[in-house]
Amino acid sequence: MQTDWTVRAITRAMLPVLLALTLVEIGSGLVLGSFEKELLRSPSLLVLVPVTIGTAGNLGSILAARLSTAFHLGTLSFDPTDETLAGNAVATVALSATVFPLIGLGAWVLAELTTGARLSPATVVVVAVLSGLVLSVLAVTVTVIATYAAYRFELDPDDVVIPAVTNVCDVLGVVVLFLVVGLIL
Amino acid sequence: MTVREVATRAYREGIPALAASAVGGLLAGVVLGSMDAEFRAVPGLLVLVPALLATRGNVYGSLGARVATGLHQGLVDPSVRDADPRLFRAVAAAVLNGLIASTFAALVAFAILGAIGAGPAPLSMLVAIAILAGILSGVVLSGLVVVVVFAGYRRGYNPDTLVGPLVTTAGDVFGVAFLLLAVRIVLAAAGVG
Repeated sequence: MQTDWTVRAITRAMLPVLLALTLVEIGSGLVLGSFEKELLRSPSLLVLVPVTIGTAGNLGSILAARLSTAFHLGTLSFDPTDETLAGNAVATVALSATVFPLIGLGAWVLAELTTGARLSPATVVVVAVLSGLVLSVLAVTVTVIATYAAYRFELDPDDVVIPAVTNVCDVLGVVVLFLVVGLIL
Repeated sequence: MTVREVATRAYREGIPALAASAVGGLLAGVVLGSMDAEFRAVPGLLVLVPALLATRGNVYGSLGARVATGLHQGLVDPSVRDADPRLFRAVAAAVLNGLIASTFAALVAFAILGAIGAGPAPLSMLVAIAILAGILSGVVLSGLVVVVVFAGYRRGYNPDTLVGPLVTTAGDVFGVAFLLLAVRIVLAAAGVG
């Protein structure tokens, strides 16, 4: 169905979902608020927050877009031995394993150059890599479940899965960062 | 295709967008990392950060997707100078929805933090910051999305593949930068900064 290009029609189509997603994101903000002291004490951890959230969301949305296209083309089956499913899952974990070490190092360097880092570079890299690996596994799980649910309820995965997965992965990004920081520091 | 072939292809196609958004996220992080004075001055502000950043991504990602679809369908011409009124209405709707969601986020965060006794900053201050940051980032992001999607389309790129990385990268950077600016303006107006 095509939305008319009027303020009213666009708002009617977008606002309910937007407000629901805002509530989900406030949940992630509350988790962030619960370790605010730790974050404010260590600037390198604060630098990690947006990039961890964003990369987790992107891992999910890239995977969701690929599964959604495969689904439309009829080349996807929900079976762990399915090549499309397994290959994309492996790629998600590999992407995470590539970018998160660089993200951790980048966050430490940038914090050191701007406000001065308190933690050692190794600690920040370990926090980033561990968070990234856990998040990639969660992103695969959430995306496969959401795509399967869209398929079962006969919804177009393009409309539903990508925003849902992106925002859920945003929240998981903060939760995982919180747990990993608690574990390591 | 074998699992290995699928994985290699997905990896190669995923790296550019992920790298671009990681750079954007790190830049946003640098701004956030320098905001500890603002976070201390406005309790509850940190709780708003994910909601405000996600709103930018959701609203302007949707605007970009809509404009890209409009170009494909011939509803919109790729020119800012002879812009169709439809385009202005789509931009107005995006900015309006962004402001409503930002205000809603401030209200909900204030209510929850108040209920759990976390002692948030005054509601008027949180709402003023959310609205001001929403207007500033809305003007810049909607302009950027429209200009880049038009320019990409005229040069023969598929606008659909431009929108995602552009919005996540620019949304994070401008979202945090204008949040900082909005906090400073509101604190100065309140006589705190």
